[in-house]
Amino acid sequence: MNTPPSSVILPVKGPLLTRVGLGAFIVALLLVCALAPMLNLLVPESSMFHMSTYAVALLGKIMCYAIVALAMDLIWGYTGILSLGHGLFFALGGYAMGMYLMRQIGRDGNYKSDLPDFMVFLDWKELPWHWTFSDSFAATLFLIVLVPGLVAFVFGYFAFRSRIKGVYFSIITQAMTFAAMLLFFRNETGFGGNNGFTDFKRILDTPIATPTMRMGLFVITGLTLLGFFLFAKWLVRSKFGRVLQAIRDAETRVMFSGYNPIGYKLTIWTLSAVMCGIAGALYVPQVGIINPSEMSPANSIEMAIWAAVGGRATLIGPILGAFIVNGAKSWLTVAYPEYWLYFLGMLFIAVTLFLPNGVVGLVKKLRKGGEK
Amino acid sequence: MMIRTFLLSATFFIAAGAHALSADEVKGMAFGETEARAEALNKAAANPDDKTAAFIQALADDAVKTAGDKVFVIKDDKGYDPVTGAELAVPADAEDVINNNMMRGELDTALAALKLFSKDGKVRADAIKTLASGSDESRLPLIEKAYAAETVPALKNQLEMVRATILLSSSDKAKRLDAAARLSGSNNPISKTVLISRLAEEEDAEVKSALQASLRTVESALAWGDKLGAVFSGISLGSILLLVALGLAITYGLMGVINMAHGELMMIGAYATYVVQGLFQKYLPGLFDWYLLAAVPVAFLASALMGAALERGVIRFLYGRPLETLLATWGISLMLQQLVRSIFGAQNVGVENPVWMSGGVQVLGNLSLPYNRLVIIGFAIAVLLGMARLISKTRLGLFVRGVTQNRPIASCMGVNTARVDTYAFALGSGIAGLAGCALSQVGNVGPDLGQGYIVDAFMVVVLGGVGQLAGTVYAAMGLGILNKFLEGWTGAVLAKIAVLVLIIIFIQKRPQGIFAMKGRSAEA
Repeated sequence: MNTPPSSVILPVKGPLLTRVGLGAFIVALLLVCALAPMLNLLVPESSMFHMSTYAVALLGKIMCYAIVALAMDLIWGYTGILSLGHGLFFALGGYAMGMYLMRQIGRDGNYKSDLPDFMVFLDWKELPWHWTFSDSFAATLFLIVLVPGLVAFVFGYFAFRSRIKGVYFSIITQAMTFAAMLLFFRNETGFGGNNGFTDFKRILDTPIATPTMRMGLFVITGLTLLGFFLFAKWLVRSKFGRVLQAIRDAETRVMFSGYNPIGYKLTIWTLSAVMCGIAGALYVPQVGIINPSEMSPANSIEMAIWAAVGGRATLIGPILGAFIVNGAKSWLTVAYPEYWLYFLGMLFIAVTLFLPNGVVGLVKKLRKGGEK
Repeated sequence: MMIRTFLLSATFFIAAGAHALSADEVKGMAFGETEARAEALNKAAANPDDKTAAFIQALADDAVKTAGDKVFVIKDDKGYDPVTGAELAVPADAEDVINNNMMRGELDTALAALKLFSKDGKVRADAIKTLASGSDESRLPLIEKAYAAETVPALKNQLEMVRATILLSSSDKAKRLDAAARLSGSNNPISKTVLISRLAEEEDAEVKSALQASLRTVESALAWGDKLGAVFSGISLGSILLLVALGLAITYGLMGVINMAHGELMMIGAYATYVVQGLFQKYLPGLFDWYLLAAVPVAFLASALMGAALERGVIRFLYGRPLETLLATWGISLMLQQLVRSIFGAQNVGVENPVWMSGGVQVLGNLSLPYNRLVIIGFAIAVLLGMARLISKTRLGLFVRGVTQNRPIASCMGVNTARVDTYAFALGSGIAGLAGCALSQVGNVGPDLGQGYIVDAFMVVVLGGVGQLAGTVYAAMGLGILNKFLEGWTGAVLAKIAVLVLIIIFIQKRPQGIFAMKGRSAEA
């Protein structure tokens, strides 16, 4: 059913990064950790080299999306499972972080209460049970990994066990995130209903809106992205990764060769969900809001297009894709708001019809053509 | 309240026969504090003549002005004297009579009381309904009078109920007992609330037990209506889901194309209905009631043409790559939404029910079946039968089945498979258009009309099993009824979540749907 999106590469153990790759990686590392903070914090605002707060926020946000695209790529590009529910995992991570940030507001809310504002508004007297650990940062970090991972594991276990695959799986994941969105819209769920969480003031008892804190979050996000990139690179080259690609290309054959695909699929599925959750947790303090619309089916499908635009089954592709699509989005929705959906729609069609291997595939093709 | 009641019953006994509207009464109703005006209003309305009725109507319509101590009724920009009916010049500084909410409520009940004596049975029925929910003992004389004058048995019965309701709060114990007994014969939901609220206040043990007995009878009568009501709204929702899913049953079920733009094809059908409505309003206002009949084929054609264009332009190149099809059609759906937004605006547009589709059949006291829902159920059945016939009996149906079962062989037999694909996809899209036309009669028509149904529709097809018309029907009806029953129990949103979770669990057990394909074709 699935044709391999890229040509088959025989397994030759080489270094994790080629010399060019290593160079590019170090450049990226320097950009994130040294150049960006310097341009933003040290260079005066009047200078043309100054990096504006807007740019920091935007790039930070897109880097979160890039992590999601990378996660999408692992599950879709390398394993051939298209998830239309990754928005849920992203939002779950975001909500876990959001709960902590809500507690950090303390008594500075509109109602001067220990409880978050929306609970005072709903006339609740104490925190619901699932907010128990929300005041501890360590527990929050743990939850960010645990909650999306657990949800994905349980869902994936039942889905893969009954051999739901292909489009069926995609539709069911879409139903899953849709159901979760409806659930989170309810006030009784205890996640702030329609409005979600916003108005954050502090993180780790330090104010969240300062340039230094923004830059700190930016650097952490960048390092996470680069870290996940290396991890993914290692993963897809490992034996585990090779089995994943074999499952993508011919699942039945893998089974006949004596492998049980369920464990492999479940592992990568859960891993991908956890990556999404971490991205969501990094996203919330930078954007300053999380609400149930993050779980809308439309959002999850958009995540798939990031990976597709960049190039599936390559690792640099999805990251590029996330930057291209979201860069275009933040420009077009401001400059030509009425054309953004046309553009996005065209992108979906054009990529599926003309660029099955995305931008990276196009570049490779052009380079090959040039060599001849 | 007590004073008013006293005054009102006093006037009733003093004044015999309708008395003419006097200038003092007019002033009493138009000037002063709300309390005093309401008092004057009730005094006048207790025993009205035509002029009084007209004046109260004018007050309710905000068509009364005052200047100095003069009162004018404004009609077509001219002033009239409310008592004599003579035309008067309205001074430029005349002020509107302002009615606050309390006054407005009083006016509404007074008007309803007046309508009790209308010659039109329908107006009387409406008036009784209004009075049934908002009356106290002050209306009793009027209602008794109307009861005596009423000739239609059903309305007489309803008036008796209203009377019993009012008597239930009487201070006379015998009257209360009598009223409790009378209410037990009612199957009206209002009687239930009235009984319950009275039960909470009642102190007399004897009346209390009479009330409880009566409440039990009413409740058991109502329970039937509630259950049937849930079944009906379930069937109604099911019929809509069926219409939505039937198109998918062809494009996804038979052809295997995941069409995420299906909802937008429905939206096109709904907007086509809107356009036809506009054309009828403009060019054929006399035939406006029948615009829907013209809208049905137009909606079908509009969506079918769009579907054919999509198949030729995009989907054709993606056969055998379902995931890519999904993404591409999602892109199409985004563009179609934006297109509609650019043409018709982002707001919902208004599509009216034709007159013959508004209203409904009252089956039980608490169960009425709206005509528009009934029409849609009939329409869904008609589309289903038509489609079943088309697929099983016609040449095109034969080709579609042949191509989906074995493309190369069908091709060898001389079937133009590419053309059959286009026709089949256009057919499925056209049916989506029909669904949109039907939806425009019960819901909002806006750019995101399709989004609300697409998840449900896919659930129906997935649950019903691919390539199965019968499965689609059972799944649609089952989901509709299940949804409505859960809704009565848990509320709309939780019901929807519960249904989605149930489907996900169900798919675990039977991944191929209720009616799984067996044998070789299952692997295809």
